[in-house]
Amino acid sequence: MNALASMAGIDAQPGSVVSPKIRSRGVSVYYGDKQALKEVDLDIGANQVTALIGPSGCGKSTYLRCLNRMNETIEGCHVNGTIELDGENIYDGSVDVVQLRARVGMVFQKPNPFPKSIYDNVAYGPRIHGLARNKDELDEIVQSSLTRAGLIKEVHDRMDQPGTGLSGGQQQRLCIARAIAVSPEVILMDEPCSALDPIATATIEELIDELRQNFTIVIVTHSMQQAARVSQRTAFFHLGKIIEVGDTETIFTNPREERTQAYITGRFG
Amino acid sequence: MASEHLVKSFDEQLERLNASISEMGGLAESQLQMALDALSRRDTDLAQKVIAGDARVDQLEKDVAQQVVRLLALRQPMAIDLRGIISALKISSDIERIADYAANLAKRSLVLSQMQPMRSMGGLDRLGRLVLAVLKDVFDAFATNDVQKSHSVWLRDQEVDDMYTSLFRELLTYMMEDPRNITACTHLLFMAKNIERIGDHATNVAELIQFKVTGKEMTEARPKGDKANYVKAEAV
Repeated sequence: MNALASMAGIDAQPGSVVSPKIRSRGVSVYYGDKQALKEVDLDIGANQVTALIGPSGCGKSTYLRCLNRMNETIEGCHVNGTIELDGENIYDGSVDVVQLRARVGMVFQKPNPFPKSIYDNVAYGPRIHGLARNKDELDEIVQSSLTRAGLIKEVHDRMDQPGTGLSGGQQQRLCIARAIAVSPEVILMDEPCSALDPIATATIEELIDELRQNFTIVIVTHSMQQAARVSQRTAFFHLGKIIEVGDTETIFTNPREERTQAYITGRFG
Repeated sequence: MASEHLVKSFDEQLERLNASISEMGGLAESQLQMALDALSRRDTDLAQKVIAGDARVDQLEKDVAQQVVRLLALRQPMAIDLRGIISALKISSDIERIADYAANLAKRSLVLSQMQPMRSMGGLDRLGRLVLAVLKDVFDAFATNDVQKSHSVWLRDQEVDDMYTSLFRELLTYMMEDPRNITACTHLLFMAKNIERIGDHATNVAELIQFKVTGKEMTEARPKGDKANYVKAEAV
């Protein structure tokens, strides 16, 4: 049976990413007394899409929110461990949270454009961060962000209309344009397509694939098919822990852990 | 193997797929058995039955392909489910070929039954019985997801190849002894090759069982013992 076990290729834990963009070690999160995340070690590779999957309440969104310290906005939330962005601990006292969130942008489940014009939605971040010296530069940022978000053709002639008047899929792309307008390095996406129809979802997925040329993307999704389609690496969370992390292809064709297999094949319970 | 799906109808569809493969395997086994019996007993009725029985295996292969397309489209299977479904599709085409070879054996046995019995019939029958045992083992391994058993089937292909090579030499000898043997021996050569090919398909099935259960390919080099390709008549 030993020969068979070696044939079965029971191999070591997939190596961590070489020179990761984000390096988390021993990350634990508490909401009051309740521990939501337990000693998570995870490396996020630059310019790739990392998908976080797992059942509801497994800690994947909690982990995502640690990456730009969004958890601090939640009452009673407490984070332990280290998360390094390009080697710097983002929980260090000297880190400016506003700057951090400019480097690590976020797109939410429900599109949440500001009640402002399409132009102002995108121009908002660059204005408050002082990224443009004049109107021409600001126009340029808005134009290029909407172009990269694949929305420009649909909105170029109605930039002064309210962002909330767009369709759901367009609103989500507007939120992506808003996130990339401040030139972040990392984009966090928390179920960005769960409120969208399949066509709008496909458009966003295509966009995610293009954006990874320039950004590091971490996406939380309940759709395993979506994780399989858009990501290069996948981490499976369960009960606040990482059970398995590896190449997306391996996770979905031949996961190492029984619990991963049970979840992705629909046997969980 | 793994516990049940939350969606029970998915389990039922997977069970049905496996049942179809097992039915195909059982049919292919009995087609080979009957073809060997028809040859050794010179039973032309039985041979006709084998020839007619091939259509059922062909039909089942199409049925398996339909089930697989439906499962892929409607269930988007992952991991072991995906590997099981892909393996089932490939195994079904291996079994379909096995049954074709059995039908061809039956056709040739009809011709041989018109001729004088040959001495090497016994050797062919032994080769056939060996491959029949291999088939039985590989389909048992499929039904129980037994990787050890499928691996032992995989190793036994060497034995099949050795026996085939020696039969090949024997038949050449008879042909050289007396040219009147050439017709019968040529049929027997093709029959021996057909049986040897059935063994190769059983080996394919063994590899697919390994892939289904473990997700890994066989990493050892496949046993390659068929030396008949290199046998020269003058060297016999």
